[in-house]
Order: sequence, then C-alpha cells, then structure tokens
Amino acid sequence: MRHRLDLRIGPVSYRIGSAWPEPLAELRRLYRNYPAAEAVCDFTVRLEPERPWRRYLRPSVAIRGDYTLPDAAPLPLTLGLLAAEMGMNLQMALGQKRYLLLHAGSVERDGRALILTGHSGAGKSTLAALLGERGWRFMGDEFALLDPATGLLHAFPRAISLKNAALALFDGADPARLGPVLRGTPKGTIRHLQPPAEAIARMDQPARPALILFPRFGRDLDPATRPVGAAEVFVRLTQASTNYVALGARGFDSLTSLVTTVPARAIDYRSSEEAVALVESAWAELR
Amino acid sequence: MNGARLLAGVLAEPARAREVTDWTAFLCLARAESLLGSLAFRLADQPLPPKVAAILADAQADAGYARTQALWEAEMACRALAGVAPAVLLKGTAYAAAGLDASAGRSIGDLDILVSRTALPQVERALLAAGWEWVKENAYDDHYYRTWMHELPPLIHRERDRMIDVHHTILPLTARRTPDAAALLADSIALPGGLRVLAPEDMVLHAVAHLFADGDLAGGLRNLWDIDRLLRQFAGQDGFWERLGARGRLHQLLPHARRALRLAARLYATPVDRRLAGRGDPADLLYERRLLARDGWGRAGRSLERFGFYLRSHLLRMPPRMLAAHLWKKARR
Amino acid sequence: MAGPRYIADPQALARNVALDGLTAIFHAPSGLTHLLAPPAPQILAALAGRPGSAEEVLARIAESFELEAANPADAIAARLAELEAVGLVAKT
Repeated sequence: MRHRLDLRIGPVSYRIGSAWPEPLAELRRLYRNYPAAEAVCDFTVRLEPERPWRRYLRPSVAIRGDYTLPDAAPLPLTLGLLAAEMGMNLQMALGQKRYLLLHAGSVERDGRALILTGHSGAGKSTLAALLGERGWRFMGDEFALLDPATGLLHAFPRAISLKNAALALFDGADPARLGPVLRGTPKGTIRHLQPPAEAIARMDQPARPALILFPRFGRDLDPATRPVGAAEVFVRLTQASTNYVALGARGFDSLTSLVTTVPARAIDYRSSEEAVALVESAWAELR
Repeated sequence: MNGARLLAGVLAEPARAREVTDWTAFLCLARAESLLGSLAFRLADQPLPPKVAAILADAQADAGYARTQALWEAEMACRALAGVAPAVLLKGTAYAAAGLDASAGRSIGDLDILVSRTALPQVERALLAAGWEWVKENAYDDHYYRTWMHELPPLIHRERDRMIDVHHTILPLTARRTPDAAALLADSIALPGGLRVLAPEDMVLHAVAHLFADGDLAGGLRNLWDIDRLLRQFAGQDGFWERLGARGRLHQLLPHARRALRLAARLYATPVDRRLAGRGDPADLLYERRLLARDGWGRAGRSLERFGFYLRSHLLRMPPRMLAAHLWKKARR
Repeated sequence: MAGPRYIADPQALARNVALDGLTAIFHAPSGLTHLLAPPAPQILAALAGRPGSAEEVLARIAESFELEAANPADAIAARLAELEAVGLVAKT
C-alpha cells in the first residue's frame, strides 16, 4: 500500500494502509498524542479503491482488511477518516478473540468502572464522552473489553464519534481535539473528538467493573432509575457482544460472573444534564 | 522473499519462523489464506515474540471454537438423518471428526455432507423437518442447482444460523470428469458415534478436486496444506500410493492428483511417490505462482492471472453454451 | 401408549449459573448457552446419562419438584420436544 499508519488503542495495535494520503493525515492528527503502536500489529485495515481506476475517478474508499464485510458500501474519499474508523471497528467486532467485547461505553473513577450499554441511539456514547469531561476517566465510547482471565475491564479509548445533535454539546471543546465535520455519512453528520489527555495517558490501566447502566434517551420520558435483574442483564449483554459465543466457556464464565456480582440499573432521561445527575446518584448509592 | 512462499516454508518447517522479519505482514497473509490457526499449531513450540505468541494463542482458541461448532452441526445433521440415509462428512468437518492432523487449527466453514443421489428427496425432507430452511427462494437458482450442480441449494438452520451443503457427488455434473459417487459412498468409513468419512484415498482425491475445481484457486494454499497433511498421515499405510493411483483413475481425477502431488512437494516438501507424481510440466510453475500470489497486506494480487483462472474454473463446470445461458439469465435478473 | 425415550448428556448441567429463578447453562458439546426455565433443568438432571420417557421423567422429578399443570406428563413431553430441537436431549 502507498501510505501506512500504525496506531495503538488500549491493548490493540493496528496497521492501516491507504491508497490515498488524506484519510491517514486526518487519522494521524486525531491520534497524535497516542503511544506508538507495538512492533507487531493485531489487525490490518486497507483503504483502497473498489476498482483500480476509482483511485482518481470519483474516488471511492472500499473498507477492507483482515476481516471484510462482503456487502459493505464504499465511502467517498471526503469521508475517508470515517472509512478508517469503520475499518478499525470492524476488525474489533469480527476479530477480537482475547477479550469479551461489549458494545458499550465505559468510564472509571477510583479504580472502578461504570459500563454504559443499550441499543444504538440510546445515548451511551455521548454519555460516556460527557462523563469523561466531568471528573470521570473516559475508557471508551464504543467497545469495552472484559478480560476473562481477571474480570477486569480494559479501556479502548478510540476517538469519540459524535453524531448529529451531540455535536453541539462539545462546541466548547479545544479545537485541536476536534476532527473535521463529516456531513452526509450513512449515520448523518459525524465529528470525531480526541479523548481527554488523561484518558490517553492512562489507557493501559484496567478497572474493576462496579456498575452497569442501560441509559435510554427520550424527550417524553420521565426521569427514572430502576434495577435490572441478572437474567435480563445477561441476555442484553450477550446481545451487546459480538464475540460472546466465540469465546466459549471463557465467555460464559466471565459474563455470568459479571452479571451476578455487579449491580445494574436502567435510567431514563430527557437531557444530558439529567443523565449525568442520574448516573452520579446511581453511583453514590453503591457505597 | 515472497511472503506466501515463506509462509509455506514455515508451515512445513516451523524452525524457519526465525526467518520472519515482518510479523504483521506474515500473520496478515496467513489469516487471508485461512492458515492462521494451522500456523498457530505448527509454531506452538517455537520461540516467538510475546505479541506473536498472544495472537497465535487467540487463533488456536478460535480454531477450537470452530471445531466444536462444526462437530456439533455434524452431530445435529446426523441426528436428523438417523434412519433416513447414510451421510458422509466432507472436508474440514470430516478431518475434525476423524481426528486427523489436517484438522489442527483448521478453520471450518459450512457443513458439507455427501449422500446418494437417490436419497436426496428424503434427506431434503428430513433436514427441512429438523429446522433447516432454504437460503434463497428462487426458481431459477433452484433449477440450476438441481440440474447442473453437485449439491442441493444451500440450506441454513433457522436457530443456529449455520449452513449445510448436501452433495451427491464431489464435482459438478457438467464437468468433463465424472467421479464415481457410488464408490465414494460404498467405501466410506464409519466412525464411532454414527458419523461417516471418506476412505483415505477418496479423501485425498476430494481435496484435490476441491483445489482445482472450486473458484480460481482462491484459498488454494490452504487446500494444498490439507493435501500435505493427509498425504503425510496416510503415506505409511500399506499400498496407499497404489490405491491412490487406482482411485484417481476410477474418479477420472488422476491428472489433477498428480499435479497436486507435485505442487505439494514443491511448496510443502511433502514426501510423495515420485512415480505417481510424474514429471513436472511448465504449467506447474503457473499454478505455483497463482498459489503464492497473496501479498503481505492480504491482497490476492495479480488480477490478470486471477481473471484467467476464473474463466477456466467456470468452463470446468459448464460447457460454454450452458455458461452463456447461465450468465444471460443472471444478467437479466 | 409409551412415548419416545430420551437421554441427556451426563455433563449437560456441568456449567450452570442461577439467574433470577432461571438457569444459564453452557453446553460444552455445542458451545452454546441456554437460559432455561423450570422444569427444563430438572428434566436434564433426571435424564443425565439415564434414558427415560416423559412418564419416567415425571416420576423422577416428582419428589423434588412440583409441576403445576393439568396434565404433567404432557407438559413434560412438550418440554422434551423443545429440548430435543436444541439438541440438549436426544431420542434413544
């Protein structure tokens, strides 16, 4: 490949190859404060023209790599940064076999982790990012990695992917931390935000899970917190994991141990302020 | 050095792992060739950088999962077909069920089984009753499969989401070569527990047919590795090479088998019977280049050559006029 | 009329965790996880390596488990058919 960038996010190193310089230049800027990648990378991502002539003619970026979705639509070169992020996420979703991968946001305080999960659009990603600006250590907005051997949660603090309405919540962030505004993506308008410096500096420190939250956003909802039973948490987390089945007995042991030892709550909220307050009170009740 | 050639060399001789300089590229290539799990088993006792050892440990665990899942699918198909018709496991699932060296670390895709052509209707009914359903409902594809292919249209289990391919011979009916399907079934071997696998010679010949008949030699390095493992395991049996030659003639696969033997010897240093393998011809070099075309970014490479092999492989399955009719109907949909 | 006889893997319940009155089991031969409601775990225990019909299963679990159904043997037979479909019991 003509252009190459190696990156490390938490315990995972990537080798990213691209036929064009632009996607990697944007990626390099967004990840400039991250530690160097390991000498041997876990995953390879390739950003390449769908057909050779599409490098110049209406360039379109096919997302390929160790794991490729056969029917994934290519993206225009202007969304090359998004293509890179999607390629990196795809490798995790299909290729991660060491940690139980939970589709969840996570933050840490006092060495203990809070897991935020739920349907896409429930606001877990935004909420994790917000908490990361308000006294919590941001661990990740998309994937949380549970180590079957220790029961500890490992951070995967990739660049935060802000979508649509969430962009406005971070208008005040340091411009150096923000990526370009990507309009017309399959998920609307997207802008990437570099995690806080502390999140990057401490990304190799795992934390013991202490609370699982299922946030739900809705303008018409009454703010509420309710406990969720272990069986429901178990089923929802198996659905939120792409590799639960592949980990076999290790997955079963670590997930059953998580849901039987860590309390879980569902929280309904109408605004981000309300959500942060509900999270703080649920956390305070743990003691 | 060509990365794919080094991969073949390391698989054959694990101590050569010390020649690897770019592990990221090496592992990427092995993964793209579906050989990462096999490599992990071969390198289990070699000194390796810690990160490489960790990636290969994951690959070993993943192969264990693939094996469990494949054997369970076989078990469920076996239960569904009990008393209906004898079914013979093929390819990866067969290697795992029989505990062959070829199964160590091997990835396993769909479940492939062989049944007699006359039993197809009953087999189809039994599988549909046990929770399998057609992947696609389309009259033309259905007709195409039933008339010209060597298998039923693919079925998928609605709960477990796993595919089964039911074959009644090991090559498409329209290929110029017609294996003796009845002999394959008649000489198959029963395993404890009710599952069946092909006789050793037939198993090798099926791997040979798979190497040359399917696709454009895509995944060929793995298919040839299967052949290497099977040959090394069976070669010690009394009269194996003679039987392999005789069965190759019976199934009209002898020229293919001879070429596969030569390629295995070239790439994996497989000890083969020199008389059976015969003298190399210039085309061996082309095949070898095609098998080693993958680069360190996992790209298949050499598109012109690929195209040539694709045309060839399609011609193998269907005479040209049939091919034209098929492509025409596909294009109009 | 004697119904079909079934058997379960002796290790079917080897890895199990109670969750809110349900039982999560990891079934090693398939690598699959099942979340079972009563009386399914009791049925598996009654058939672990020991074949039996619905009536025999009923007799084996009656002491430790009270089945609230108009016709308990029919209810057991229906659960056995479900367990067979997912491969946790097999006809003998």
